Amino acid sequence: MMRQKTLFIVPYLLWIVLFVLAPLILIFYQSLYNINGQFTLDNYTTYLTSGVYLKMTFNSVWYAFLITLVTLVISYPTAYVLNRLHNKQFWLLLVILPTWINLLLKTYAFIGLFSRTGSINQFLRFVGLGSHQLLFTDASFMFVAAYIEIPFMVLPIFNSLAEINPSLINASKDLGASQWQTFTKVIWPLSMPGVKAGIQAVFIPSLSLFMITRLIGGNRVITLGTAIEEHFLTTQNWGMGSTIGVVLIIAMFIVMFATGEAKQKGGHTR
Amino acid sequence: MKKLLTIIVGILALCLLLVCGEYALNHRGNTGGHRVLTIYNWGDYIDPALISKFEKRTGYKVDYETFDSNESMLTKLRQGGTNYDLVIPSEYTVQRMKKEGLVARLDHQKLPNLRYIDRQFLNRSFDRGNEYSVPYFWGTLGIIYNDQKINAGAVQHWEQLWSPRLKNNVMLIDSARDVFAIALITQHQSVNTKDFTKLKRAQGHLKALTPNVKAIVADEMKMYMEQDEAAIGVTYSGDAREMMDVNHHLHYVVPSEGSNIWFDNMVIPKRAQNKAAAYAFINFMLAPANAAQNARYVGYATPNWAAKKRLSKKITSNQAFYPPQKTMRHLHTYHDLPLKTLGEYNDLFLEFKMFAK
Repeated sequence: MMRQKTLFIVPYLLWIVLFVLAPLILIFYQSLYNINGQFTLDNYTTYLTSGVYLKMTFNSVWYAFLITLVTLVISYPTAYVLNRLHNKQFWLLLVILPTWINLLLKTYAFIGLFSRTGSINQFLRFVGLGSHQLLFTDASFMFVAAYIEIPFMVLPIFNSLAEINPSLINASKDLGASQWQTFTKVIWPLSMPGVKAGIQAVFIPSLSLFMITRLIGGNRVITLGTAIEEHFLTTQNWGMGSTIGVVLIIAMFIVMFATGEAKQKGGHTR
Repeated sequence: MKKLLTIIVGILALCLLLVCGEYALNHRGNTGGHRVLTIYNWGDYIDPALISKFEKRTGYKVDYETFDSNESMLTKLRQGGTNYDLVIPSEYTVQRMKKEGLVARLDHQKLPNLRYIDRQFLNRSFDRGNEYSVPYFWGTLGIIYNDQKINAGAVQHWEQLWSPRLKNNVMLIDSARDVFAIALITQHQSVNTKDFTKLKRAQGHLKALTPNVKAIVADEMKMYMEQDEAAIGVTYSGDAREMMDVNHHLHYVVPSEGSNIWFDNMVIPKRAQNKAAAYAFINFMLAPANAAQNARYVGYATPNWAAKKRLSKKITSNQAFYPPQKTMRHLHTYHDLPLKTLGEYNDLFLEFKMFAK
């Protein structure tokens, strides 16, 4: 019996070691070498002392935070309404459908919509509002980023809402709670795991968005992803690129930890 | 239990497959024997009809692969998996390949058609005596503008880009060397300076440009300029040509005070398997009729004087693509800079991009 159990772990372990741990170790290892191939901690010193990288990190976190917030504000009501519809699986499918299309294609489609001669400006001119500069603005960048991330937020929230036992909600109503009270005291806390999973799924990729920053943001929004791309493709400073990669991994752990611990607290005190 | 074994075997098989796949990809070039010529070129950078013509005439089979940046090409060449017989890098990359000993010295005896190359494009600083490289196409960095929005007179010189009248109208190419070249030229400095204080000063000048900068983009600039999204773009002559073919309101200017001139060159890697075929191909591409055909297809400026004669006057008299001697004298190639300096260019550029808010 024991032997079988350990055997069951083997494929899982192999997968984790080969495709998760090994790449992480390689990135960390690479980050300890400078551009001349010497073993050093210089990359980390540069990162921590250069105002440029710190400001970029701050920018990335700030934008990722905003994107996550916007996505959450849109996704929660969406998931909530979806749950109450007939044929909800069908409507959910419609929300998920855009993820089947390649990210770059969707981004290029937005260029067509937002450009000076694009559909939105044509409409604005038609209703007499004149044409506006839509591309290369913070607003358009946030819009496209949120659009792309929304399915990843809707899905976990939808699932956690669907898992709530309807009798709990009925009980709350029977005991005289108002709609609002039922929502804040029962539904919201019980859907928290979904919200947290959604935040993790959106915040972390948003930290390192880089194609959208150039295509829609016109490089007027700079995130850590831009710097990594540059170090690997242009300056060939793989060490520095890896260092920023390590920073992103640490940021990821912080987010996981923060959202993970809060969940336990919530579960126990309420 | 059986299921489990299947999974383990599955993962191991996947790994094995990946290793085999990599091996197969890297060693494809070796299997064809002596009748195969493996070429590594930029995407969409040759008239495909010429390849068939070459195959028919010489009996070699051409294995044609493409890359999209000098750096990615270099990485692949360094790894040495595939043995390319002919590669077409830009001039600063030729310099680096020379330094790293990746290219073979050319035997000019075997290249009789080299005489068709205009003398002003031979013996350039990146490869004195053309010991390793033969120019393929050349071009410049310049300004493309839309005549519906901008007067020609307003964009003849780099310094004019700083004019307050162009607020939020200029698109820059997302390349540290090119953007710094603009600032360095306006400050009468070398585009290859290694002096950090000069770079810092150039960056200061660039920061003053930020109110005019609409976006810093790469290939997408073509689309944006064609769709009238911006009035002015700083770009390469080859890209400019493509944009002008689509939108007839666009025009290209090479500022007479100076700019970058770049060359893409044919080189034979040291590890080439089929040097005889590579020499045959270089000669073939240098033959005036073929060079002219290629230039018509690709649309870049040819360094081949005999081919240029065969092109229509409309093309060769266009000063934007074949600038007058006065301007030619002020055009500089980029040198291959030490990685440290290259890092400084890029870090300062990144800072400039962040400032562009």
